[in-house]
Amino acid sequence: MTTQTQDRATPTTYAQALNAALRDALREDENVLVFGEDVGQLGGVFRITDGLTREFGEQRCFDTPLAEAGIAGFAVGLCTQGFRPVIEMQFDAFGYPAFEQVVSHVAKMRNRTRGAVTMPMVIRYPYAGGIGGVEHHCDSSEGYYVHTPGLHVVTPSTPADAYSLLREAIASDDPVIFMEPKSLYWSKAELELPVRTEPIGRAAVRREGSDVTLITYGPQVPNALKAAEVAAAEEDWRVEVVDLRSLVPFDDETVAASVHKTGRAVVLAEAQGFAGMGAEIAARVSERCFHSLAAPVLRVSGLDIPYPPPILEHSYLPGVDRILDTIARLQWDDEPDLTFLDGPLGQEAHR
Amino acid sequence: MSDTSTLLPCEQPVRFLDPDGTATPHDPQTGAQLEARGYAIPSDDDLLAVWRGMVIGRRFDAQATALTKQGRLAVYPSSRGQDACQVASMLALEEGDWVFPTYRDSMALVTRGIDPVEVLTLLRGDWHCGYDPSVTLTAAQCTPLATQAVHAAGAADGLRRRGRGGIALCLVGDGATSEGDFHEGLNFAAVFGAPVVYLVQNNKYAISVPLAKQTHAPSLAYKGIGYGVPSEQVDGNDPAAVLAVLRAAYRHAREGRGPMLVEAHTYRMEAHTNADDATRYRTPDEVEEWAGQDPIVRLQAYLVGRGALDEARIEEVKAEAEALAADLRTRMNAEPVVDPLSLFEHVYAEPTPQLLEQAAMVRAEEALR
Repeated sequence: MTTQTQDRATPTTYAQALNAALRDALREDENVLVFGEDVGQLGGVFRITDGLTREFGEQRCFDTPLAEAGIAGFAVGLCTQGFRPVIEMQFDAFGYPAFEQVVSHVAKMRNRTRGAVTMPMVIRYPYAGGIGGVEHHCDSSEGYYVHTPGLHVVTPSTPADAYSLLREAIASDDPVIFMEPKSLYWSKAELELPVRTEPIGRAAVRREGSDVTLITYGPQVPNALKAAEVAAAEEDWRVEVVDLRSLVPFDDETVAASVHKTGRAVVLAEAQGFAGMGAEIAARVSERCFHSLAAPVLRVSGLDIPYPPPILEHSYLPGVDRILDTIARLQWDDEPDLTFLDGPLGQEAHR
Repeated sequence: MSDTSTLLPCEQPVRFLDPDGTATPHDPQTGAQLEARGYAIPSDDDLLAVWRGMVIGRRFDAQATALTKQGRLAVYPSSRGQDACQVASMLALEEGDWVFPTYRDSMALVTRGIDPVEVLTLLRGDWHCGYDPSVTLTAAQCTPLATQAVHAAGAADGLRRRGRGGIALCLVGDGATSEGDFHEGLNFAAVFGAPVVYLVQNNKYAISVPLAKQTHAPSLAYKGIGYGVPSEQVDGNDPAAVLAVLRAAYRHAREGRGPMLVEAHTYRMEAHTNADDATRYRTPDEVEEWAGQDPIVRLQAYLVGRGALDEARIEEVKAEAEALAADLRTRMNAEPVVDPLSLFEHVYAEPTPQLLEQAAMVRAEEALR
């Protein structure tokens, strides 16, 4: 990505960047083990582990029985012997059987043992929708993990971050929930590997702007950038886009600095909105930036319904229009937004 | 197709000593089967070590129960009655072996040599796990049932990969065999040939739910065959049989032949914990019947009968047990020193900025106390 190496950069997909990160980690540290369902011979249903068994052998990258709690628990046991497992949950919703292992053991082991037993594992979750998947294949499940102390939760949105954050996650002594937006697997960037970007815990400003901060992460980052472009062209709103990258730890500093500058904030997350990551971000911005805000912090999210069947998913997914409509409600003409008000004024606003 | 006869347990639980301490007579067929499976009654010296461990372990267990009445422990799940399983399973282990225990295995951990105060930290409540698992090679006592079954499989696989020997022992109860993780643990261990032994202490109750409502299997040891895991069942109140069967199981794992499942038929003499009332779900007659199967009485009678144990030695070990109990009382009566700010120390390798903010808040709150 950096200018001095651009001549040696090649078009690299997000999926290829992940594959390269796994390959480099396996090569550099013999304690790294990659396992899960179909990750061996097949190379994973999304081909993220393609070729790894061939290169490193069955002992380093291998298929497991089809049991997610078993996969996560087996990784816990391997951690007690000093290994660094990188496990795949195949699909967001397929990870739920492992929930107890993740919440009761992976997240808590360091704490329960006062640092004596650590869980340096990475759990990869292909997640979120927008790929025409049938039920149980498109959940945005990050909310469950960000609510659990002891886990780091990251979600790269670019091929460079995919590589860099995965390498850092594997090297981390804390367990990392690694959320990979499936809709971005085939996105490309000119990249020379290995690449290192900002560390876990830092957000990135993907587009500078002075009027409103659009805070987002994972699968919605491209939508945010598209909306920012349209907003500039059609409304002359200069939208700053903050890509969180790391949900836990959360980069309050970068987010608050941006909102202090712009005075307006919209939070964009694909997950259901109620009590989710987006709600947390909105609360944090309100707490920290109240005196800089010209309008309430608004959220754009999925709907509070089970993820819909593929032919209806466009109604669920936040799109450019929903983002622009929300930005439009940020009291640009100094008129209060009465959408949430009861009584005649609110009813008027709803019309 | 593997030979399924080696996967199934003996039809009757393996037993060497009858409840009165006399040697169990075996018909020729049973005798041949026990021999073929490598089970022989252990030496007097080995059994003396188990007897001593049980006498001390039971005293520890009684002291821990007493500490709940004095408010020194939040709760205590007793393993009285399961003494043979608790002690023989530990004494048969070798250096470098790992243990994955439950909350009911405190007696086993004391037998393993872990400081009793550190064993009881969880139940005193000044932290979760009081001992260092990486030093004691003993995982934190597991409360979510059977979740440690997959940890043990993974750890055993890790031990296999390191190639320095060592097996894993996973302790579970009868209720836990209904949990999915128990089955996933057996399956993973079998598929990866992990050197792990699963010891099911079938104490007949999962809190109040009796075994009959837990499973329709002929015995819990029959749960191994579906995973290709060789299994055995043993009289869990016969210390000689428990030691013999577990030694063979550990040897099986140690020799690289994969996991084994052992079901020990035993009985939880106390309620689930001091907070439970067992009279609501079982009869005094039943408890009385099991009291007649006491593992310490049984082994002591056997050893005295053989002239391997005398009154002087019995008094000596009783004194040893009393000393441990007295020391435990003294140390548990001291108020534990706790530091609220330590709550933030081991959530992550480095606290997040958000945790640092909360730590500052707690520090300020504490300063005002």
